[in-house]
Amino acid sequence: MQINDPDTPRGADVVIIGGGVTGLSAGWWLAQSGVDVMVLEAGLVAFGASGRNGGGCTHFQSPLFKEEQRLWPMMDELLGHPTEFCRGRLRIATDDAQMALYGTSQPTMRRLGYACEQLDAAQIRELAPLAGDAAHGGYFYDVGGHANPHRTAQGYAWALQDHGGRIAQHCRVTGFVVEGGQVRAVQTSRGEISCQKVVIAAGPQTGALAAMLGASVPMVTARAEMIVTEPAPLMPLTGVDGNGLYGRQTLRGNLAYGGGMHEWLGDPEPGEAPRPGPPSSPLMAHIGRRLMEILPKAAHLRIIRSWAGKIENTPDGAPVIDWLPGCDNALVATMSSVGFGLSPASGHAIRDLVIDGTCSFADLSTFRLARFDRLEPDWREMQGWTPLIQGAA
Amino acid sequence: MKDEKSVASARLTLAERAELLVIGAGPAGLSAAITAAEAGMQVVLVDENPVPFEVMGDDVPLHFGQGASGVARNSAAMLEAIIESEPLIERAFEAGVDLRLGVAAWGLYANGPEMRWLPGAVAGLTDGAQGWMLGADHVIVASGRRDMGLAFPGWERPGVMGATAAVTLARRYQALAPRRVVLIGTGAEALLAARELMACGVEIAAIVEQASAPVGPPALAAEVASLLSSTGGEMLCGHVPRGVAGGEAVTGLTAAPVAGGAVREIACDGVILGVGVTPVVDLLGAMGCDLAFQAERGGYAPLLGPSGRTSVASVHAVGDCAGIWPKKSADRAIAEAEGARAAAAILTETGRAAPSLPEPELPGPPALDLSAYRTAWMRAAVIDAPCGAHVCQCEEVTAREILELRPPRYLGWAPPEGTNDERSLARLLGEGPPNPDQVKRLTRAGMGPCQGRRCREQVAALLALQSGETLAQIPLAGYRAPVRPLPLAIAAQIPEVEEMRAHWEVWFGIPSQWRPWWEHPGHYTSAGRERGAQVNSE
Repeated sequence: MQINDPDTPRGADVVIIGGGVTGLSAGWWLAQSGVDVMVLEAGLVAFGASGRNGGGCTHFQSPLFKEEQRLWPMMDELLGHPTEFCRGRLRIATDDAQMALYGTSQPTMRRLGYACEQLDAAQIRELAPLAGDAAHGGYFYDVGGHANPHRTAQGYAWALQDHGGRIAQHCRVTGFVVEGGQVRAVQTSRGEISCQKVVIAAGPQTGALAAMLGASVPMVTARAEMIVTEPAPLMPLTGVDGNGLYGRQTLRGNLAYGGGMHEWLGDPEPGEAPRPGPPSSPLMAHIGRRLMEILPKAAHLRIIRSWAGKIENTPDGAPVIDWLPGCDNALVATMSSVGFGLSPASGHAIRDLVIDGTCSFADLSTFRLARFDRLEPDWREMQGWTPLIQGAA
Repeated sequence: MKDEKSVASARLTLAERAELLVIGAGPAGLSAAITAAEAGMQVVLVDENPVPFEVMGDDVPLHFGQGASGVARNSAAMLEAIIESEPLIERAFEAGVDLRLGVAAWGLYANGPEMRWLPGAVAGLTDGAQGWMLGADHVIVASGRRDMGLAFPGWERPGVMGATAAVTLARRYQALAPRRVVLIGTGAEALLAARELMACGVEIAAIVEQASAPVGPPALAAEVASLLSSTGGEMLCGHVPRGVAGGEAVTGLTAAPVAGGAVREIACDGVILGVGVTPVVDLLGAMGCDLAFQAERGGYAPLLGPSGRTSVASVHAVGDCAGIWPKKSADRAIAEAEGARAAAAILTETGRAAPSLPEPELPGPPALDLSAYRTAWMRAAVIDAPCGAHVCQCEEVTAREILELRPPRYLGWAPPEGTNDERSLARLLGEGPPNPDQVKRLTRAGMGPCQGRRCREQVAALLALQSGETLAQIPLAGYRAPVRPLPLAIAAQIPEVEEMRAHWEVWFGIPSQWRPWWEHPGHYTSAGRERGAQVNSE
């Protein structure tokens, strides 16, 4: 897409800021509905947390989960690109305490009508032979699962282009033109782009962009880390985790897992392009240890990469998908660090809000910004979500 | 208030500390270690060589191409060979350097704007059996060079290897299996490798070059041509390798004229790839040092201040990993001077008496257009090859699959009827250069256990060719720790402190994040938030 091409109109009906999975899915949904949509990305699509996560699709706490589950099995066909979605998830516990903790999800699962089966060590070995004799017990969910974030995110991007949507990479947002309480144009490093509506889905940048429009969307960015091993033979079930880890066996056979200590970071500079990838830390070794604890037959496998991603969290860890107060054509969308798996549904929800004004399939009242109206000004300090002082660790 | 689930609870267990850690015991690293130790610093010098035979089989750290002889199975003999081949090692011992051969640095970390929990600079080390962390006040990286691969048909066969790997096996270990080889490439480093190999008694049957004449320094080219003809070898310019003959072992190479015409079969038992060498910047890149394409330094190399200081204050880079150019390749005194100067700068910084040393000489303007030369090789030997070889051997990805961004073959993917199948790089680009990491994610090229050592420069050259950019415009595919494949069982030996174990969470450990949505209160305050309970993060 060449936004400087003289034949291209310098604007779109809906401008989406942020080429991560949330923004791309929203753009795809809108383009499918015939809306003239343009996604602006400061760097490359899905080069933030959207391309650095574990690929989990099992977030039944969310009002979007049912729609997510409806969509995932169809996503390959809908996007015209393989997402590698695999259904089902096994959580392995290594002791009684973990078993009890994982069991606390059962009432939620039952209420939603999903099956959740308690497994013994022998049943676990059958689904996950790499577990060997380590498993104390576990839970199998015949729902949720995992997909490949890279292929899925790129699938959204290509599919939205197929439907006439446009993507501008390397395009930093520097400001907004606001008239009469409405955003009329988005100012970027590549010129001004007029719009009827704007969706801010810019991950860690979302708060700073909303602030440019005078609105407060409370959030803090953190770094989290993952590792991946060389391939192992495919297990009958690839959605296997537990022991304080999230992750999966990829369809190539690699074990890709994350978990453990996150690090709260300072606010990003407004419009800052993502760095080639934040550094990862020796936390890698501890993730490796925990992976070996649940999959001891993988102990010989070699870690071949580790990486980090930066994700934002709202004070309660729940998403915000809402119109900005005082700017009634600007929608803000942050999934609060749990965005990939829900993205087929979050895009649908954003499409509904933008076109119809209301979500057709879920109650999004818990995503309202107004829930933070009574939030303390010093909430970051109260929650300890502040960066470490350099060198004080 | 402290978030106990955050790195505020994290503490890294260091097994040991060093005032100065030097990584790499080549001329630059040894010279740095000796200079610092002689001035009274406590210096640990690690070098992964000799790597175990099985690890060499995975082309770590160099593209050995199964070209090592049985000698390489004897680790004691290999260790002895290193000590005997390098006079500075004896001096390092005498100077009190804590020198450890067979110890690999798989990670290097330092605090920065996006990471603050570390106790200063730390390195992850392993001897193949144990893994541990070492904290260092200062680090000098001297991690050397490696060879660029070239995916001509047959390049995955045992006996096809990199020039640096071949010279290392021949010169240092007397463990090079092939005795009569064909060398591919005529840049300065290839010609120097030819001279070295011949000096070690290896017969060079031919040197194959796609360009119409050798591209290295003319005097060196003339010298090598004359050596070559005196031993019955030939310089075959305007040719590219098209295939390898033989079963288990290489018995010959097929070379074809670039312009078309009769092919040549050259009898040989090894093929040596000398189309390019590159600074080994994996540790530097993974820790976040600023790197940039610098043609005069042989490609992507660290951006250096005086005395080899990198953008990370406590880290210096010296020797080949800081830049490779013909004069430096021919004269190890330059690398030694870089090492000594970096050590002297650290001595001065720490208030010790330092020897007065001049700044080492810098590279001049590059004599060879690196981008044009490497892309010409990729076009002639890989893209124009009648059958596509795997550019990424680990993941079995061909040049065509890379350029067309095909999903991996094992997915068995065929686009559904009616979908627009124009899912090309051009459509991905927008207005920026193609990014090898983006290509890696979609095709898996460079994602395998060799960690891109064999294909990284080739993928960059392919993207440059496709986009009409120069190599300088193609971003560097990111390096990630561990920069050597590290078994889970070895990583697991690094102790996880009790504070971390007690507060380890799947995700952030925010209770309300995992409450089902119908249990959320209408308003949220930090004072009223749920606390204390263990969180079932999903």
